[in-house]
Amino acid sequence: MTAISLSPRLSQIPRNVSWSPGIGAAGYSLRLLRSAPMPRVPDVPLPSSRSGPGVPDGEEAVLIAALRRGEDTAFASLLREHGAPLLATARRMLGCEEDARDALQDAFLSAFRAVHAFEGKSRLGTWLHRITVNSVLMKLRSRKRACERRMEDLVPHFTDDGHHVEPPCPFSDAAVRALQSSESRMILWRAIEQLPDAYREVIVLRDIEGLSTEEAGTHLGITANAIKIRLHRARQALRTLLGDCSEDLSP
Amino acid sequence: MTCREFAEFLDAWLAGLLPAEQAGAFRRHLAVCPHCVNYLDGYRRTVDAVEQLRAAETVPEEVPADLVRAILASRKES
Repeated sequence: MTAISLSPRLSQIPRNVSWSPGIGAAGYSLRLLRSAPMPRVPDVPLPSSRSGPGVPDGEEAVLIAALRRGEDTAFASLLREHGAPLLATARRMLGCEEDARDALQDAFLSAFRAVHAFEGKSRLGTWLHRITVNSVLMKLRSRKRACERRMEDLVPHFTDDGHHVEPPCPFSDAAVRALQSSESRMILWRAIEQLPDAYREVIVLRDIEGLSTEEAGTHLGITANAIKIRLHRARQALRTLLGDCSEDLSP
Repeated sequence: MTCREFAEFLDAWLAGLLPAEQAGAFRRHLAVCPHCVNYLDGYRRTVDAVEQLRAAETVPEEVPADLVRAILASRKES
């Protein structure tokens, strides 16, 4: 499914609607929703504290009821109220605009379908973020990669008495410059894409999206301790890839 | 402390999660092991670079209008 599959019914959807705070498409007051935005990274707290109180307030309850009735304007409200930080999440975690748009579309379609099952135990923003992260992970896993490396080749090895088999070098000047240049984003993503899925996902959830160890564990279905171990190994592998990158960066 | 132990507990040490005694052993190892100084330097640069990647993606004002239309339209199709 792509984000550009426009339907003929599109003309029914108002374009250029002004969404001033406090007035939603169907007259819902959205001010309270705005007062509890998705937190920005880096220090994302646990889900219970992600966006204020753990249960929807009255304003959200009105919107949720309208969503359950299938009101078009309520879906538009949900998207416009909550979409922007979730698009940022998808962009951050995927590093690719096209994939981010696809993931956001998949996430909202999942949310639209699942709204009947939404029990109101968390805020809408929290719920939508969780769905978006799941869509992003599916997108991440589906990406074709030509260059996956073995972790064995990327983490340091030690002799029996605990010394480095290959003494580590400092980053070359070229590698340091590259990471400070406008190319750094591309260089980092190229390195991240070489990690096996299990490690790529942890780096993306923890270090790029800024989820807590516990949240990342919930998404991946592994323990917090496993997340910590994988994150460290993923960083070690990235260190190897980034430290070595000087060779193929010279113009 | 060996280089293996240094590498193993490096992230816990950077996060300030090691007890004082172990943290002291880390500092003493660093004072005598240039290899681990190099390793630490690269590890820090790596973590900083990923941190910058995270900070660079700010929240947009709104979802682009064409994407909003596409998502709402695909809901009706699905």
